[in-house]
Amino acid sequence: MALLPIASLLVAGAAHAQDLAPPGGLTDSGRLLLTQGVSSVEGAAGGGIASWAVISGYGTRDSIGANAHFTNVSLPNFDLRTYGGSVGLYDRVELSYARQNFDTGSTGGKLGLGNGFTFDQDVVGAKVKLFGDAVYDQDSLLPQVSAGIQYKHNDRGAVIHFVGGKDDTGVDYYVSATKVLLAQNLVLNATVRATKANQMGLLGFGGDKNNSYQAEFEGSAAYLVTRKLAVGAEYRTMPDNLKFAKQDNWLDVFAAYALNKNLSLTLAYADLGSIATFQHQRGVYVSLQAGF
Amino acid sequence: MISKIRAAGLALSIAAGLAAAPLTAFAAEGAANRAGADPIAGDGVFKAFHGKEGIDRLVDDFVVRVTSDPRIAKRFEGADLANLRLQLKAQFCYLVGGPCTYEGKDMKATHAGMGLQNRDFNDLAEDLQISMDKEHVAFQAQNQLLAKLAPMQRVIVTK
Repeated sequence: MALLPIASLLVAGAAHAQDLAPPGGLTDSGRLLLTQGVSSVEGAAGGGIASWAVISGYGTRDSIGANAHFTNVSLPNFDLRTYGGSVGLYDRVELSYARQNFDTGSTGGKLGLGNGFTFDQDVVGAKVKLFGDAVYDQDSLLPQVSAGIQYKHNDRGAVIHFVGGKDDTGVDYYVSATKVLLAQNLVLNATVRATKANQMGLLGFGGDKNNSYQAEFEGSAAYLVTRKLAVGAEYRTMPDNLKFAKQDNWLDVFAAYALNKNLSLTLAYADLGSIATFQHQRGVYVSLQAGF
Repeated sequence: MISKIRAAGLALSIAAGLAAAPLTAFAAEGAANRAGADPIAGDGVFKAFHGKEGIDRLVDDFVVRVTSDPRIAKRFEGADLANLRLQLKAQFCYLVGGPCTYEGKDMKATHAGMGLQNRDFNDLAEDLQISMDKEHVAFQAQNQLLAKLAPMQRVIVTK
């Protein structure tokens, strides 16, 4: 029920985004549709589960852009909700915040945590574009490359320590390369992330099996069906730090639809593998994003 | 002495090579430089644009669209629109692989001093997409032309 106000806020925000973004002002929504990607579950502009090199919002190098998002992933034994916002400054720097609720529902009872036990995590991110332009550089294979950092804090330190996690706070570092191949109607992304996060940090950072940073990979490929619709798939490798529960890699297939520059909807089918000993966590991912 | 002879020999072979090259190759290269890109190979995209007639319709619609788009209309104030239509028709026809040559000035020269920003470039691209939709050009063929135009941002956008 708490979702409805957020959704209506997003839609209301979208309806007024044009008023907030007068042509020629500090905002211009001057980039082309879908070229900002969508808000990922960690708040950064990207695919659904991967962070990309693009800067959030439709702002050009002369302006700012911004987004708010709400995402829900319904899994057999868990629900993941994430909401937050991001700002793109001059198509160069991105600042983002996401609040993640990992709701164990009735599974919490089976784990001895109590029904409805929820892990909440804050993710504060910053990303800077280093070189290249994903869209303009169509005469070369050079991608747009960005470097980013995500500071994460989980509010369930005691449980994390109990299951073998080492920390409730962690920092991810990543480098992303995104390329739009217009003539082939493709968007490709590859990201390398140095991380200690268990299930993105929802089960803490580091563990009794491994407690050092590991390089993980995030790959996304999307096909542009129309100007407003992209379909694709993503794959994300994960560390396996905890003895009590094996962690699998994540993957999804998605369709992202931009109604216009102010509102987009992403639907996906995600397979997050085994989470906290519960296997085959596959479910529907829905994300609504509003911005300019 | 030996190096002089070698240099002379090299010059001679270059001259021979130039003389042997067909003149059309030079004309094509000049057109590519002026039009801002090499043309798309084959005639599939040209056909997707419905040939010369389709491109003419597209450009007529496009010029009306950009000159009445409140975001960028002022960029065309005082412009010779008849000439703009003529040049765009030739440039687009050439770029999509049609049997045309573009004899106009290069992209840097035509946009010099306009102080264009990325938003202008992208707004114009959006208008072009709408005009291509109106001409019922397949999305994939649209992107082939946009892929040729996109890198021109580097010389067209100066502000």
